[in-house]
Amino acid sequence: MVPLFLTAFVGTIFVIQFFVPHRPFSSMQGLLTDWVQIIVAFAIWLGALNLMRVSAESVSKREKGWPYAVIIIASFLLMAVIGFFFSGGTRFQDPGTPFDWMYQNVYNPLSATMFAMLAFYVASASYRAFRARNREATLLLLAGFLVMLGRVPVGDQITAFLPDGYRLSNLADLIMNIPNKAGQRAIMIGIALGIVSTSLRLILGIERSHLGGEA
Amino acid sequence: MRRALLLALVLMLARAGLPGARATAPPESPSLLPPTSAVAVDTPNDAGRSLVVRWVLSPSDREQDVAFAGYEILRAESPEGPFVAVGDTPARTNEFVDNRELRDGAQYYYQVVARRGEALAPSVIVGPVIPAAQWFHTGRVNTLIAVLVLSGLIIYFIEHARRGRPIFLRKIAGLDAVDEAVGRATEMGRKILFIPGIQDMDSVQTLAGIAILGRVARTTSTYGATLEVPVSRSLVMVAARETVKESYMATGHPDSYHDDMVYYLTDDQFGYAAALEGIMVREKPATIFLQGHFFAESLILAENGNAIGAIQIAGTAEPSQLPFFVATCDYTLIGEEFFVAGAYLSREPRQLGSLKGQDLGKAIILALLLVGIVVQTTGVFDFASLFLVQ
Repeated sequence: MVPLFLTAFVGTIFVIQFFVPHRPFSSMQGLLTDWVQIIVAFAIWLGALNLMRVSAESVSKREKGWPYAVIIIASFLLMAVIGFFFSGGTRFQDPGTPFDWMYQNVYNPLSATMFAMLAFYVASASYRAFRARNREATLLLLAGFLVMLGRVPVGDQITAFLPDGYRLSNLADLIMNIPNKAGQRAIMIGIALGIVSTSLRLILGIERSHLGGEA
Repeated sequence: MRRALLLALVLMLARAGLPGARATAPPESPSLLPPTSAVAVDTPNDAGRSLVVRWVLSPSDREQDVAFAGYEILRAESPEGPFVAVGDTPARTNEFVDNRELRDGAQYYYQVVARRGEALAPSVIVGPVIPAAQWFHTGRVNTLIAVLVLSGLIIYFIEHARRGRPIFLRKIAGLDAVDEAVGRATEMGRKILFIPGIQDMDSVQTLAGIAILGRVARTTSTYGATLEVPVSRSLVMVAARETVKESYMATGHPDSYHDDMVYYLTDDQFGYAAALEGIMVREKPATIFLQGHFFAESLILAENGNAIGAIQIAGTAEPSQLPFFVATCDYTLIGEEFFVAGAYLSREPRQLGSLKGQDLGKAIILALLLVGIVVQTTGVFDFASLFLVQ
């Protein structure tokens, strides 16, 4: 009952504070956001310790893929030790510290590599998706083709014989600004309604899955 | 006498040639004029922490006068002063919002000073004005009406459903496929991967994803399939464990549950994506659920799942990621379908009732859209302005 009451109480306060600027409601959002950040900061230990325990068990039992668990443990300990003991204490994030060197020269390139893979995944997904299997897929293919061509200089060069305002880039803008935007807005209206309905179910205690319980 | 007159004439002629000896007075340099009609009012719809000062521009404030520096705003707690500067504005602006350390219930007086170089031209002192907090934000009446109408509809239909009246639901292919997907994994002897997104429990999409996890866990428990839930946030790990544990207990298989079914990987977006990629490639799950709040990593995950031949059911309310899921997954819950999934799978009457209210809200919005198109196109009235939220 206590978690349900807390959910209802805090949810209602958040709704009220949107309409009531008077104190104490005006400061509620900032205060509760700070509390959430503090809780999340402490909760990170739950996850980190769980990760270490699971990885250590994987190594000790020589489960499938255990070398990756070794890498996880080693990386975690390396960054933690460098950050805590060899990087100037609370100023560990300052430029020039060993922790900063690891961040800039190891973590950032790895993260950028993962992000860069998206380019290839977009190409492979597009290759599969843009096939004229049926009417809707053909329409998608045509729209995608026009927008892609309209976004590069060669699109306008191909249609240079047309007057200004009627070239491929203008057509691409038209497709993005009118049918695409209309479709996106329709989805967002549905999403907004879904959020209101879900939030109301949470506040009223009808939806309890996040507490591990059934309605 | 003649000599005196001649001398006077010579002196007059000489003086005419001297510098400064002009026939007419030189033109005066333009003087700096103060701003006028200064007023100070309480900022509306706030918590009583700011005041607004407005004035009519100084006649000296012209675009051609590049030396005109702007205005300085002075404040005091009595008309006799002392006045201190609380801010300044550039030329051709006539409003200043003062939110610097205002005290509750205190009276304030203002003076607006035009500046050009060292020259100053102050306005008359205006005041007193007292900052006050308002109990209702008048710019959000339209939002309040919308919330009350929508909430009222949802609550009405929840009560309506509680009385046992049947509610029609259209089929959602992605949700009807859950049983099939779990059955496929069971037959193949491979695991089911459930990915609840990369945001924390403060995201409503994560909560919706956890609700779906509860229903999926019931199905995996019933079928005896292996469920794995790698998460990106510690609090999500805790909530997901409770949900899965409760589902396994509810279906009578508490021994099949163990805490390591739900485990934490990393908070980092691409670190999480990399770890999941590795899990997918090495362990080749037969079924992958991507239900939650995703960003750029969505395509990495979905495309990898497609590459290993898994059946994928995705759902998110992030409009920018929906096209990636639609292109790569077998089933995608789009927008509000994602939020109704928990209710749809549970078939619990009160939850289904809320869907009915949601649908009616959508019908009202559709009607307003049609009215708005006609009214706005004919120019009768600025219908769109009714929906602006401050």
